[in-house]
Amino acid sequence: MDAFLKVEDLSRLYRSARSEPLLVFDQVNFSVQKGEFVCIVGHSGCGKSTVLNILAGLDEATSGVVVMDGREVSGPSLDRGVVFQNHALMPWLSAEKNVAFGVRSRWPDWSRQKLAAHCQKYLDLVGLTGSEHKKPAELSGGMKQRVGIARAFAIEPKMLLLDEPFGALDALTRGLIQDELKKICAATHQTVFMITHDVDEAILLSDKIMLMSNGPRARIAEIVQNTLPADRRRDTIHKDPQYYPIRNHLVDFLVSRSKQFSSSDFPDSYNPRQPPLVKPGLVVADCGAYQGADAQQPAPPRHVDKVVANS
Amino acid sequence: MIVMTRNVRPITLSQFAIASMNKSSTYRAGLLSLAIFGLILLIWHLATLPVDHTIGGDSEYAKLMGGGETTASGLPTPLQMGEAIWKHLSNPFYDNGANDKGIGIQLAYSIARVLLGFALAALLAIPLGFLIGMSPLVYRALDPFIQLLKPISPLAWMPLALYTIKDSTISSIFVIFVCSLWPMLLNTVHGVASVRRDWLNVAKTLEASVLRKAFLVILPAAAPTILTGMRISMGIAWLVIVAAEMLVGGTGIGYFVWNEWNNLSLTNVIFAILLIGAVGMLLDLIFGWLSRLVAYQE
Ligand SMILES: Nc1ncnc2c1ncn2[C@@H]1O[C@H](COP(=O)(O)OP(=O)(O)OP(=O)(O)O)[C@@H](O)[C@H]1O
Ligand SMILES: [Mg+2]
Repeated sequence: MDAFLKVEDLSRLYRSARSEPLLVFDQVNFSVQKGEFVCIVGHSGCGKSTVLNILAGLDEATSGVVVMDGREVSGPSLDRGVVFQNHALMPWLSAEKNVAFGVRSRWPDWSRQKLAAHCQKYLDLVGLTGSEHKKPAELSGGMKQRVGIARAFAIEPKMLLLDEPFGALDALTRGLIQDELKKICAATHQTVFMITHDVDEAILLSDKIMLMSNGPRARIAEIVQNTLPADRRRDTIHKDPQYYPIRNHLVDFLVSRSKQFSSSDFPDSYNPRQPPLVKPGLVVADCGAYQGADAQQPAPPRHVDKVVANS
Repeated sequence: MIVMTRNVRPITLSQFAIASMNKSSTYRAGLLSLAIFGLILLIWHLATLPVDHTIGGDSEYAKLMGGGETTASGLPTPLQMGEAIWKHLSNPFYDNGANDKGIGIQLAYSIARVLLGFALAALLAIPLGFLIGMSPLVYRALDPFIQLLKPISPLAWMPLALYTIKDSTISSIFVIFVCSLWPMLLNTVHGVASVRRDWLNVAKTLEASVLRKAFLVILPAAAPTILTGMRISMGIAWLVIVAAEMLVGGTGIGYFVWNEWNNLSLTNVIFAILLIGAVGMLLDLIFGWLSRLVAYQE
């Protein structure tokens, strides 16, 4: 099956009059299947937001193509809903009007009642029943972010793009909204591309975690397949034997390996067209010891049995 | 370039008071205001106590000034002032020919000129400011002209206006137009140009049409800044109309002041000054109220 979203040889060069041109990333290749939840993690400044903005159509790649659902992405579209890092709600509109703004664009000839009912449905979905008529200034940070999510969901996009949606929230609120997001995405089979700095968030939510190396000339260094059972829950996830191997793998990448991948000395086996797909959750998890090199190899079947036994 | 952002709104003393005091101290401030007012009246009363004037020349002059009742300084007493205020306000709209019109009529002329000039300026400045604010190219092309024209005193246009327009009323409206133009234009440009990128990106990703973007995103986002510009413009316009009417004569509160000065009626001059202040305050209050309507909290 052809991938729903295909990113090929994407690069972004910033030219400026005062300094050297900056090649933020190049040869970025990845694909996302329909209904898949994909996270991208990487150090600050490696170009994650730039990738997302290119997917959204808000920024233009210097080279490379993005193809979604068989069509090349050129410019923003209602097919891709974006949740911005700082919610980006319009402060002069109530929560409901913020959601309605996009819905009106999507279905311009809907009646007022139909529009209101549609907005209400999505505000209820994110747990904002009763706060529809409040202005963003009267909402808490978590509630604002929920309005942002409702706004993106309400246009029923083919794909959802989230740029560190929960970065500014406290741990408790973040957990609550993560659960909600997970529920909604599972129910609607939403295809999602999300940026996060939170390794646990990535493991909880995503099917695939893309690791981006440090810039300049950042690339997708590795793609980690999340092999935890789909019905994983925030309160029990850490009891799964696969959890710590995956988590350690991600943390290890962020702490030490991402540096090695920079300065363009990738291993010889590395092919930017096809970044290695690893399954650290399926690697022998004896005493939780992490075996970095083995992670590159596809997991032998006996580990799969083990996972099945555990789940 | 000097831009007025909405963070530098003109702040009145009472706004300051409300922001920094609680209810009971607002009440105390009111009492203090009353006391200060009483003190001013008292000083005024003492300063204008009647004096014995037996020295000849002085008496003649005093007769000229006060029309019989004389005071030490030639200024009216608080009581005379009160009578004059009552006289003017009880019959504001009489019209006994060119040089003797009720104060209401004079004020109406001035306000009408200000509103007309101001409205014309708004009609040009706000759409033009929108255009300039949205397009860096247009901004750079027009900036030198704006920079050159902005510092010119609006009254400096008067001779040119009188020569080309040949009508004193239209000339004074033109002067109001010119002086109202710049603050509104610059604030609109600034407000439109500094709309948060995020909101524009939201509008883009939600595929809002150009009109929806302009009226539902940019306009409300820039409205507080635009309104601040309008408020500053209105303040300047009200300052300028008095001077303009003094220059061109005929009608209006500025002309009234000048005329009463020629009549040597200080009472009427002071009355007009107070009235100019009151109307200016009222106009500012209206714009303060309008700004609160469009204000939003981020
Ligand atoms: N307009 C610009 N002009 C020049 N360089 C830019 C511009 N925007 C971004 N960059 C550079 O591009 C790089 C990537 O920026 P980007 O915002 O995509 O990083 P990020 O991975 O999202 O970081 P963070 O995790 O902190 O959000 C940064 O090094 C930044 O300096
Ligand atoms: Mg970012």
